[in-house]
Amino acid sequence: MTSTVPAELRYTKSHEWIKRERDGSVTVGITDHAQHALGDLVFVETPDAGRTLATGEACAVVESVKAASDVYSPLAGLVAAANASLAEAPEKINSDPYGEGWLFRLTPADPGAVDGLLDAGAYARLLEETAE
Amino acid sequence: MALHTPLYDRHRELGARLVDFGGWDMPLHYGSQIEEHHAVRRDAGMFDVSHMRVVDLEGPRAGEFLRRLLANDVARLTTPGKALYSCMLNETAGVIDDLIVYYRDRARYRLVVNAGTADKDLAWIGRHAAAFGVAVLPRRDLAMLAVQGPNARAKAAGLLPPADRARALGLGTFVGAPLEALAGSVFVARTGYTGEDGFEIMLPAEHVVSLWDQLLAAGVRPCGLGARDTLRLEAGMNLYGNDMDESTSPLESGLGWTLVFEPPREFIGREALLAQKAAGVPRKLVGLLLEDKGVLRAHQTVYAGSAGEGATTSGSYSPTLERSIAFARVPAKTPERVEVDIRGKRLKARVVSLPFVRNGRSLIPQ
Repeated sequence: MTSTVPAELRYTKSHEWIKRERDGSVTVGITDHAQHALGDLVFVETPDAGRTLATGEACAVVESVKAASDVYSPLAGLVAAANASLAEAPEKINSDPYGEGWLFRLTPADPGAVDGLLDAGAYARLLEETAE
Repeated sequence: MALHTPLYDRHRELGARLVDFGGWDMPLHYGSQIEEHHAVRRDAGMFDVSHMRVVDLEGPRAGEFLRRLLANDVARLTTPGKALYSCMLNETAGVIDDLIVYYRDRARYRLVVNAGTADKDLAWIGRHAAAFGVAVLPRRDLAMLAVQGPNARAKAAGLLPPADRARALGLGTFVGAPLEALAGSVFVARTGYTGEDGFEIMLPAEHVVSLWDQLLAAGVRPCGLGARDTLRLEAGMNLYGNDMDESTSPLESGLGWTLVFEPPREFIGREALLAQKAAGVPRKLVGLLLEDKGVLRAHQTVYAGSAGEGATTSGSYSPTLERSIAFARVPAKTPERVEVDIRGKRLKARVVSLPFVRNGRSLIPQ
């Protein structure tokens, strides 16, 4: 099963994606590969706005029929907003993981830290390696 | 080396996500577990259950043997094809396996046992069968499909020639019969593990791919073990290894209704069960409905106030109820309101009677 890896996004080894917004914040979600591996999502818990997150901190939970999985903050920063619509429609993560299925928006403590994350090429290679 | 059913290539062609189940590579789902679940509740779905083991028992004393082997009483089976659900217990009343037994005639019975326990079961059955001169015949030559849902019987029977169609549609609940098709080698039963009407079909392995293709063409949706699990959970049916095993008695597994003590007979586990009853059974298996947001899973701690603590044995999201449900083994005096530890948080749950869902409808009082 090939999953999509949009070129303009950044990624983590734990399958989060990160999109730079114009105001300096970043939007975070889980990748197409991750939603595929989890199967139908039925419950999502997002971090509250205003919460301070450390890099790698478990800050959201995505649960499918099969399993629960933690989502880790890709960067240190302050939660600016969370996708409240997922409470009623967690399946948006399955149908549109890079769009309506976004999880939360973060104001990074260090805006330059985004550059240290995996680019699309590196993430695609990671997926190929783990598929072998 | 993983075991494959004859339908393995079909599963792969249909894009199934495969998982190991008792040593077998089996489909978890073919894209969406929830849509497969709904297909069975609303229309018709099919499951490859060829990994389950059919075992035929033959001999004049086969009935007598089963009255010793099983905790339910096969003497209740008096018409050919009639089926019975039973536990097979060890001497301490632990559950070796749960199974379905079909009465064929006085000298022939058919068992269907779980895949993961089949080898252990056969060893146990063989050990006790010898004294009764009963032949134990594992039917590895047979494959099995479960076709389940409100439209399952009509869609499946539509594939049969008229005489067999009438015979299949005439089957009562929990009754099976051989068909004329394929020289009498096909056995169809009105049984299942979903809480819906339907058939389980046992047939020679070389014919199962053809049957699968015909059912697919008739609009029966392929369903994986994921949907099978949420369907059986909603239907209040135990899963061996999750909800009971050799360390738990049927009395603390919600299976007291399958134990038959009268008329008296010396079935294996009887004395241990009577001792448990006399001493009082400290735990029971109940249904839980999560009232807060989240998903119940197996092995979560259940807090039952002053009654003590228990644990969930199976849990998931219920696609029909659109909320989370579970089975839990809890202290006998557990009140209706309990709390469950989900990932470090105590969430509210309610004890409800099983099943949660039957024939497409919620049985949970609003």
